[in-house]
Amino acid sequence: MTDANRTLVEAVNDGLHTAMAADERVIVYGEDVGDNGGVFRATDGLIEAFGDERVVDTPIAEISIVGSAVGLSMAGFRPVAEIQFSGFIPPVFNQLVSMASRIRWRTRGEHNAPMVVRAPYGGGVRALEHHSESLESAYAHVPGLQVVIPGTPYDTKGLLQSAIDDPDPVLFLEPKLHYRAGRQEVPDGQYSVPLGDAAVRRKGTDVTVISWGSMMPPTMEAVDSLEDRRDVDVEVIDVRTLSPLDRETIVESIKKTGKATVVHEGPKSGGFAAELVATLNERALMYLEAPIHRVTGFDVPIPMLGMEDYYLPNPPRIAAGIERTLAGEGGV
Amino acid sequence: MSHGIEQPVPLGEGNSSIAACTISQPDETPPRYQLVNEDGEYDPDSLPDLDDEELLDLFEWMLLQEIVDERMVTLQRRGEMGTYASGRGQEASIVGSSYALREEDWLFPYGREAAAMLIQGMPLRDLMLYWRGVEDANMQKAHRVFPPAIAIGTHIPVGVGYAWGLGLGEEDAIAALFHGDGHPSTGEFQSGANFAGVMNAPALFYCQNNGYSISVPFDEGQTAAQTVAQKGMAWGIDGIRVDGNDVLAVYDAVSQAREHVADGNPTIVESVTYRLEAHTTNDDPSRYREADEVDWWEEREPISRFRTVLESEGILADGDEDAMRQELNQQFDEAKEAADGYESRGIEELFTYVYDELPPELERQLGEFERFLEGHPEAHDYIDHRPKG
Ligand SMILES: Cc1ncc(C[n+]2csc(CCOP(=O)(O)OP(=O)(O)O)c2C)c(N)n1
Ligand SMILES: [Mg+2]
Repeated sequence: MTDANRTLVEAVNDGLHTAMAADERVIVYGEDVGDNGGVFRATDGLIEAFGDERVVDTPIAEISIVGSAVGLSMAGFRPVAEIQFSGFIPPVFNQLVSMASRIRWRTRGEHNAPMVVRAPYGGGVRALEHHSESLESAYAHVPGLQVVIPGTPYDTKGLLQSAIDDPDPVLFLEPKLHYRAGRQEVPDGQYSVPLGDAAVRRKGTDVTVISWGSMMPPTMEAVDSLEDRRDVDVEVIDVRTLSPLDRETIVESIKKTGKATVVHEGPKSGGFAAELVATLNERALMYLEAPIHRVTGFDVPIPMLGMEDYYLPNPPRIAAGIERTLAGEGGV
Repeated sequence: MSHGIEQPVPLGEGNSSIAACTISQPDETPPRYQLVNEDGEYDPDSLPDLDDEELLDLFEWMLLQEIVDERMVTLQRRGEMGTYASGRGQEASIVGSSYALREEDWLFPYGREAAAMLIQGMPLRDLMLYWRGVEDANMQKAHRVFPPAIAIGTHIPVGVGYAWGLGLGEEDAIAALFHGDGHPSTGEFQSGANFAGVMNAPALFYCQNNGYSISVPFDEGQTAAQTVAQKGMAWGIDGIRVDGNDVLAVYDAVSQAREHVADGNPTIVESVTYRLEAHTTNDDPSRYREADEVDWWEEREPISRFRTVLESEGILADGDEDAMRQELNQQFDEAKEAADGYESRGIEELFTYVYDELPPELERQLGEFERFLEGHPEAHDYIDHRPKG
């Protein structure tokens, strides 16, 4: 196929179909992933194609969904477990921290956990409370746990394949706001996009804007409007995998532009932008011509749907942040 | 046989039969407590001690649950409400249970029990605001209602702790933890129920077993146990099964369970019912269940069953129900108008209540955001016009 054929959620679905067809060790399970095809239809058609031994509905038991993936993967399978919404990852944190991320380390390499935990994340879909969290920086802080957040349909399928093939655990967070927002060419058949490789979405010379996942489309929109309004040439980087982090691409970009704005949806303090700023401080301080700005969620719980649009960084806020960077304004 | 000293584990007798030493789940499904059968037949002497006014009250609450469900779903379709979880088919289960609570009792809802919250005294306007995603709607302390536990199971340990506290206090109050048949699968539920047993916490675990957790049927995929009620056995607490479409049975079972709970005996009441509507307004039940099954339950829906009782008791005359429905619809209209008139306090709402006092960094973020919005009217436009997912 050559035209824009798949949405982001269709890319997840196609990626699962492709991976399951290629490797019978791949097992997909989670709440409502079977006949229902997942609440977002990410697993649509899998049970028909691969049967109910490889596509399994589970009880409402997130702890065991993730804990059992560690066990299954040690037993030779390639589990791809779904957590219905990222807001239900907190009870699973123990299994991620104490088991999944450490099993290779604890057993001195005798065991490993080639498992993927998929979850839709982020706000903006008028969901109920606890359905909109963006806590990726907390997960990226766990040594041994890889955190992947695709921002386009093409990357989604390719990164999912890499996550499934990877010998160590991956938390795969899908920006659900953009599940059906647009289409892109997603090839049939297997391909992969490597973990640990950031993508330069747009080349520019004046400032680098760094983001990922749910914030990529509003970031691109902000950059478009800025470039329409004034004579400025913006470089945009889609981080794609928070862990492992491609520091090289980011550092090289800042060496060129001398300025950076970081955009993310989660709360500001302790958010992943802080890691990026610290990295640039360590590796590119002498190239920086202006303070780095962060455009992020506020340090508050993401509100219910009544106010969520005020919480989420939007193109005007992102554009204003980039302008402040360009102006070399200090302070916050 | 006495083992002479006090043992940390009850030993039981020695026995050479493995069968005799095996504790299994019951071979036959235990019965459901039922006072009025599916055909509306009953023994007048076995009915709970409720006067005519109370019986009509129960009926009216059931009608309100039905009206709220239907109209909230309509509002959601029109874009005037967020995602909504209808309780259609579960009116007896929702109303009979909460009507049995006492003034001093606390409700920990899950989300599929609108009338239970209203019976506690929560205004209908606030219920609407809740489903519109307004945090202010959760200010229901005066009505002894906690915010719905949308993250499944989260309210169980909290409710157990609250009950524990109630048990230590002067009042004879209990905490009623409402939940569904998928909830007992969570770690929170299992550790919470065990904890309640150890602490003798006056917690009532009220399970509306409506057959499904979204698409997953209770008996295929949720648990290998036949019932929710039997799960209490593992934690040393009692479990009662009741016909959740028989409002009088539910009322009676929960009334009695409530007294037992208040005495420091946490108890599970499993109300066996059926969700007639979709899981929520986002769900398409045709993907996982047959129309035959829904029809079977539609014929046994609880409002008709209770109507039969009221008519044969001569309590409900011709035209009474129409008048009630008219009045309840009017209540809904008024609440809707009040909800439409709700004025948000603006972005300050995001920042207050995270802590007792606004810390300097949050104050700074609020001020920065206010200045940004003042200087960027296009940001408001963006928010107003952004396509909502
Ligand atoms: C921890 C957690 N996991 C998953 C969900 C998504 N979810 C919402 S309701 C639901 C099913 C609940 O089933 P049940 O307990 O039977 O209650 P019912 O909705 O049938 O009343 C699920 C899986 C959630 N809200 N919280
Ligand atoms: Mg249920």
